[in-house]
Amino acid sequence: MSGHFATTALHRIAHGRSGDKGNRLNVNVIAYEARHWPVLLSEVTVERVAALFAHRGVTQVTRYELPRLGALNFVIEDALEGGVNSSLGLDTHGKCLSYLVLGMEIRVPVEPGEGPRPSPQLQTAP
Amino acid sequence: MYRIGSGAGFSGDRVDAPQSVVASIAAAGQGGAIIFETLGERTLALGQIARKHHPERGYEPLLEDLLEPILAQCVTHGIVIVGNFGQANPPAAAAVIQAMAARLGLGSLRIAVVEGDDLTGRIDLDQTERWDGDGRLPEIEGDVIAVNAYLGAAPIAEAIRAGAQVVVTGRVADPALVLGPLVAHFDWSWDDLDRIAAGTLAGHLLECGSQVSGGFFADPGFKDVPGTADIGFPIAEVEADGSFVITKAEGTGGVVDLRTVKEQLLYEIHDPAAYLTPDVTLDVTGVELAKDGPNRVRVTGARGHAAPPRLKATVSLYGDWLGEAEISYAGPNALARARLAITTINERIRMRQLGVRHRADVIGAVSTFDSDEGDLLVDYEDEAPGDYRVRFAFGGNSQRAVEQAVQEVNALYCCGPAGGGGVRQSVRPRVRTISHMVPRDLVEARYRFAEHHP
Repeated sequence: MSGHFATTALHRIAHGRSGDKGNRLNVNVIAYEARHWPVLLSEVTVERVAALFAHRGVTQVTRYELPRLGALNFVIEDALEGGVNSSLGLDTHGKCLSYLVLGMEIRVPVEPGEGPRPSPQLQTAP
Repeated sequence: MYRIGSGAGFSGDRVDAPQSVVASIAAAGQGGAIIFETLGERTLALGQIARKHHPERGYEPLLEDLLEPILAQCVTHGIVIVGNFGQANPPAAAAVIQAMAARLGLGSLRIAVVEGDDLTGRIDLDQTERWDGDGRLPEIEGDVIAVNAYLGAAPIAEAIRAGAQVVVTGRVADPALVLGPLVAHFDWSWDDLDRIAAGTLAGHLLECGSQVSGGFFADPGFKDVPGTADIGFPIAEVEADGSFVITKAEGTGGVVDLRTVKEQLLYEIHDPAAYLTPDVTLDVTGVELAKDGPNRVRVTGARGHAAPPRLKATVSLYGDWLGEAEISYAGPNALARARLAITTINERIRMRQLGVRHRADVIGAVSTFDSDEGDLLVDYEDEAPGDYRVRFAFGGNSQRAVEQAVQEVNALYCCGPAGGGGVRQSVRPRVRTISHMVPRDLVEARYRFAEHHP
């Protein structure tokens, strides 16, 4: 891609929800606008999601792509430290964890005269 | 067209939510159904324990609060009630509903009870395989409380065809609560996999109640939801071909749009081409969503493949003891004092050789995102004055050791860092669940009408 990019939080261009089954977490990440679907594909990779959860000892991350919905679905194995009935953590379901993913910093192409979403925190880089 | 709504998405949901759903379906004048999903893995285990201690309990504790305000209207308007609120004891729930009907002057209702999910003592778990989603969770050890298989929609559909006004189930696959009434109404063939898939998808979208209509969704400034104190629960308007519109109860808050439906569509789905249920393998990769007016989204394109050969079963066991204790530190150097409290407790646990699993979170700095080892807290650099609450958690098989660990947090009052206050503590037993895959021929799903004894 050429042109200008802005660095921003994934949360500004996408929304999502997490859910649990056993010790397995799934997080969906959905683009607000169709034009950001390619950004999700290139920026929100298995490697980057796995890195966000590395401290939780995850054993595998799988990414499913749903182009008709503009959505990614991540299945993250062993992310829940034992899950709802065994974890010592506060959020044993992992309900907060979609926002761990949505806090990821990503690079979004900026077309002249528009931004991904106006934000005072948006930093423009060449 | 057939209307089916949701009255609860989990055990503990808003008890007044069913009322506007029933009012909307009744106003349309064509009957329909309302489902109640109140049974998680943990809830089921708690129900099993309750039934062991009290044979007349073990069903949804909020059952009467949920049903009493709507039962008469459902009976009058031909709205079938289907719920897994039977939990570990469907016959007891049926008796409660029958008594309620008598109290309300509705006479004797046709209440069906679905059975066959409870495999406790009936199968040898060593002959079954573990479900692959539990990963590192330990094997079965200790006392098994119960084994419950996820049943499909067939007994629900048969009960409604036989005239049931209320269907009480225990463990069934959540979407089956919706698929059952649809199969009964439209007379779909179980071999018509795309329609079975469509009904399953409608069930998946309704099963968590308001999660498809603005609940668990609001993110101010990004995803605004009107009327969060009065979110309308969802209603599906289903056509004979399996296509449907998701909407919500009239005159309520909340929102149904492409975003809310997408989030719920993929909620707790793993491989979107193969969502396994007892009735069908659902493929949502071809699903199309289209706006169909305010608070209306049309859903088409679900595809079905053959159902999996085995059923998932939840095995619940007596687990360990969980102790929790919290203490606050606020103002100058608060985070440093909070950290010192954590290292102090770690050292006390070691000194007293309590042998408990333990973890600490600093609420206000790093908590829910962190690991048991506190990796993120180690890297957390903010040293500005703040208002932090340190939350300790201890797990172990020895109730006494867990209680002793919790007591160590209480002792921080006098012996811990300066200015620690507001200790709260609790110790409670836990249940543990793991999942196994069970051959279908070991499970006999069936329904029967409950005896009339109002």
